[in-house]
Amino acid sequence: MAAKKKTDSKGLPGDADQRRALLHSMILQRRFEEKVGEAYALGKIGGFCHLYIGQEGVSTGVISMLRPDDYIITTYRDHGQALARGLTPRAIMAELFGRIDGCSRGKGGSMHLFDRHLNFLGGHGIVGGHVPIAAGVGFAIKYRGGDQVIACFMGESVVNTGAFHEALNMAALWKLPCLFIIENNKYGMGTAVERAAAIKDLSRRSEAYDGMHGEYVDGQDVFAVRESMERALETARRESKPVLLEIRTYRYMGHSMSDAVSGTYRTKAELDEYLKRDPINLLKARMLDAGDIAESDVAAMEQEIKATCQDAWDFADASPEPPLEALYEDVLVDTTS
Amino acid sequence: MAIITYREALNQALREEMSRDDRVFLMGEEVAVYNGAYKVSKGLLEEFGEMRVVDTPITELGFAGVGVGAAMVGLRPIVEFMTWNFALLAIDQVVNAAAKMLYMSGGQYNMPMVFRGPNGAALQLSAQHSQAFESWLAHIPGLKVVTPGTPYDAKGLLKAAIRDDNPVIVLEGEMLYNTKGEVPEDDYIVPIGKADLKREGDHCSIITSGKMVLVAMNAADQLAKEGIRVDVVDLRTVRPMDIEAITTSVRKTNRAVVLEEGWEIAGIGAQVVDYVQRECFDDLDAPIIRVHQADVPMPYAKAIEKSAKPDVAKTIAAVKKVMYIN
Repeated sequence: MAAKKKTDSKGLPGDADQRRALLHSMILQRRFEEKVGEAYALGKIGGFCHLYIGQEGVSTGVISMLRPDDYIITTYRDHGQALARGLTPRAIMAELFGRIDGCSRGKGGSMHLFDRHLNFLGGHGIVGGHVPIAAGVGFAIKYRGGDQVIACFMGESVVNTGAFHEALNMAALWKLPCLFIIENNKYGMGTAVERAAAIKDLSRRSEAYDGMHGEYVDGQDVFAVRESMERALETARRESKPVLLEIRTYRYMGHSMSDAVSGTYRTKAELDEYLKRDPINLLKARMLDAGDIAESDVAAMEQEIKATCQDAWDFADASPEPPLEALYEDVLVDTTS
Repeated sequence: MAIITYREALNQALREEMSRDDRVFLMGEEVAVYNGAYKVSKGLLEEFGEMRVVDTPITELGFAGVGVGAAMVGLRPIVEFMTWNFALLAIDQVVNAAAKMLYMSGGQYNMPMVFRGPNGAALQLSAQHSQAFESWLAHIPGLKVVTPGTPYDAKGLLKAAIRDDNPVIVLEGEMLYNTKGEVPEDDYIVPIGKADLKREGDHCSIITSGKMVLVAMNAADQLAKEGIRVDVVDLRTVRPMDIEAITTSVRKTNRAVVLEEGWEIAGIGAQVVDYVQRECFDDLDAPIIRVHQADVPMPYAKAIEKSAKPDVAKTIAAVKKVMYIN
């Protein structure tokens, strides 16, 4: 669905169906992850688990602008993008539970959600490591003469890695259709961005690569994200050139499940301030104010999503663990030589 | 059969496979305009164009990752490292990405790609340019690791690696590029995972691979003059290793020397010895001896560099020792 620059009769961007889909996508991510938090506390999910709560405007805003044949690659904080792309809550929850019906057959877990049919190239666990991979996908698109793009999500701490620079340099040099999307949630684990990056406006890193377009966007406003994506797609898809977007957002939860919501590195007052600009509430308020949606519609949507998330939980709980023989499967594929 | 160099054999493999399959492309530093730092890719730019023979910036982590991404969506990249020493900068892509993608995606994303380049020491290049990484790479499940020692095996194994649907590491040798041997002009592959008995004898087995095959053959020639007949088992692939070829030879000779280019600790030879003690415990007439690089970074000065490397004299001495010959 393409964003329309002009507003409709309600004074809002896009059309009513689109806006409902955006709201639905964002609420689904939020409620799903609340459920994930519950399941983690009960020991149904193990390992590292990084929640996305607060950042839903980014995933929904970006991914709603992509085509089905475009590609997505992301980090270990990947539940939000996976849901926004259309991986089912069942397949994701089963993966988190470590079950055979998970989207990675229980081999990947929270950090490694994959879906080949949706061109969802995975959550990746090494900070920065997936950015050159995104450049490689861009290279392959160009090699084949296609007009797809790849959207590469990354946290703001990635901009300080060598991999980031190496990838952006090649993407600019070879004119690859890559959207490098920095989700600036202000903290790389517990280190504030200003304590890690010797630059204030991260999108200005694009200036190091002759002619690369960069801009920053308010990630709590899903319409703003979509508008920015429209420009970015024009550059990437039509001109086959990379773009660097810095989308400013905030994570309400800790870095991972073992990290307190607020504590040594940020204050409760800061968190409270950001909660006032919650992306879901902002969208909902605009739609309610414009008469685009009624409170009862929102309630019905919440009800349906609640049932979907419970269904995902029940499905995951009922799905078997991978059989022991799965241990040695998928190390290598059978091959001709 | 034509006699060509190891370098030409690799070049033929690249040319034939790129002609056969247009998803195959070569990328790395100096592979295109310069014709390859070691001229392995000579003429390929002219033949296949700049989209398929890609000069990269000096950015190992970056271009190895480009290879991984391209492989994920259906291309078949050949990533050349100017040497494996430089590939340490890219090890995240080899180990964390290429080797694990299939597994952690639950079987969805296989990685049909090759990482190749010269491995091990040449002459007086000192510490940072003289390292053999067989055991580092063979340690990783999800990779295959081949170590061709002859022109025939170089062509056949590289072709097999390019056709393989998994990530394959090809460890070549700077000192091997000019070596010559018989190479068929017709299409053939050397299967990955199959050792080759390069020489037959019944007194002792020398188990080796890669650049050390030449050392072993040379040692075997000299030992033959003293009436000592050795098996030279060329592993050719160090992951997966051809255990049957090793055990068959050791059961015949009852004695073994394991010769490798790299360091001793956790080396390829340690793995060979483990297979032998498990499978051939009652067949052994003497403890196995390993020949390897001295446990030091490679020095520059000629004489001490020479003494750090495994060589013919050390191999002969090891064979005599396992045969209890003074």
